Amino acid sequence: MNVNLNEIASQVRRDALRMIHAVNSGHPGGSLGCADLLVALYFKVMKHNVNFNMDGNGEDLFFLSNGHIAPAWYSVLARYGYFDVKELSTLRKLNSRLQGHPATEKKLPGIRMASGSLGQGISVAIGAATAKKLNNDPQLIFCLTGDGELQEGQIWEAAMFAAAKKVDNLIVIIDYNGKQIDGPVDEVLSLGDLTAKWHAFGWDVLNMNGNNMDDVLNTLDAAIAHTKKNKPVVIIMKTEMGFGVDFMMGTHKWHGVAPNDEQLASALNQLPETLGDY
Amino acid sequence: MKTYEILSKKDTRSGFGEGLYEAAVKNKNVVALCADLIGSLKMNAFVKEFPDRFIQTGIAEANMIGIAAGLTIGGKIPFAGTFANFATGRVYDQIRQSVAYAGKNVKICASHAGLTLGEDGATHQILEDIGLMKMLPNMYVINTCDFNQTKAATLAIADYVGPVYLRFGRPVVPNFIPENMPFEIGKGIVLNEGRDVSIFATGHLVWKAIEAGHILATQGIDAEIINLHTIKPLDEKRVLSSVSKTSCAVIAEEHQLFGGLGESIASLCAASRPVPMEFVAVRDVFGQSGTPEELMVKYRLDTPDIVSAALKVITRKQ
Repeated sequence: MNVNLNEIASQVRRDALRMIHAVNSGHPGGSLGCADLLVALYFKVMKHNVNFNMDGNGEDLFFLSNGHIAPAWYSVLARYGYFDVKELSTLRKLNSRLQGHPATEKKLPGIRMASGSLGQGISVAIGAATAKKLNNDPQLIFCLTGDGELQEGQIWEAAMFAAAKKVDNLIVIIDYNGKQIDGPVDEVLSLGDLTAKWHAFGWDVLNMNGNNMDDVLNTLDAAIAHTKKNKPVVIIMKTEMGFGVDFMMGTHKWHGVAPNDEQLASALNQLPETLGDY
Repeated sequence: MKTYEILSKKDTRSGFGEGLYEAAVKNKNVVALCADLIGSLKMNAFVKEFPDRFIQTGIAEANMIGIAAGLTIGGKIPFAGTFANFATGRVYDQIRQSVAYAGKNVKICASHAGLTLGEDGATHQILEDIGLMKMLPNMYVINTCDFNQTKAATLAIADYVGPVYLRFGRPVVPNFIPENMPFEIGKGIVLNEGRDVSIFATGHLVWKAIEAGHILATQGIDAEIINLHTIKPLDEKRVLSSVSKTSCAVIAEEHQLFGGLGESIASLCAASRPVPMEFVAVRDVFGQSGTPEELMVKYRLDTPDIVSAALKVITRKQ
């Protein structure tokens, strides 16, 4: 089951690593960890249209709050058909539409908000969700955030607001890989009991393994079934930073470091080329 | 010197409240957000008439700016209101990334700007907001001078697509701009044509500039008085044509010298038409508690300060 989605995810991981390697900068760890979720959302779960328009009326919308995992997102958008996969080779290069962190300025199809400075995405997603309600648009808003990002105060302003104002057409997904730049999240600044915290803020809380496609699909379905019941929904998504490449897993060191030639070759050996490299 | 009749005495923030209400009547996509200051921002009429289009965020300005940015995705035109201090400095990065860089059609509406907030003191008297906002690419910056202009500006920015910072204030001040004068973003208003000195003023200093013009006229000085309600984009043509005629300028604003309108005009003129200038602005200090009138005197933002700046700059002409 879902062999196809797993195959796409393998290609997305290859794309992300090749993009980052080519420009010798970027964030491979979170990109690999979140590849399965992004593939599931864009290739299976969300209703969306490659003929991009900013308002996205009648479509499910996705917001990336942890903008540094842009390489995986760009790959998913390109592989789905938002733009030519050849453009992936321009990541982080001068005049590219594929900025180091997502940007609307260069008008890359599929991007609706700039992100990179952390903690802002859920607020934006609430705004877009509220616009959908005002427009009587039944579609949903999805927002991915990092876990280290939850240390930002604005996240909890947004968490309080969404529950109090019953923003129930919103699904937030937390990439709970437990790692951030300076080390394990628990050592840098522990998040405590995340499930209890989100419950206390008034959200419906689901858990899933973000690196198991079946679990991702089942949990997203369950989350959608929880929407429109007067509460916002959050999925605490356990992932492995660097998933799919043995030497990138189990450490925070690959958060924001590009692989060298040898490391790239070793990584690509572990990730089947399923859709043809760009 | 042309005489302006005081039509009434009103606060600029009430002009915003009326403008917002009218904009909402005209366009169903106009929505409003506020961070626990509905009464201060005069948003009551909007809230009462359009409760479904009003979003109370509580005391959480960063979240408010983010929500406003998100609302534009789906075609809404959000007016986010709070005190100028909390609308800018407190949420600079949210505005920078989610509004300005992202190019979102958010209207940041800031009341109680400057010293004339009065007794609450320096924690609330932001004098740096124009500078903060004008430095952001894509951001328009407007500082209105009276009730009628604020109302007209509120309606005008609802029709303009793009990020705008609209700055107004707390106190009751003379309302003298004709009620039906259309507000043209980026176009200065020549309140008096003159030959001897250009006085460029914005916000609450515009009426004081008119008062100064009358005093200067009694001394035989013919001042050109221009209201630059839009600080960005600056009406460069108007500024340069005026100083080409008068060969000197005074710039008056309720803001720090650093980052203000004066700085914008100085850099424009330095590059294109250098002339002597004097600045009526706050000089690198914080304000303090006091009545608005006391503070404007104390920090030299009053009518006599404009007069003496004009007299001084005229003596500096070649």
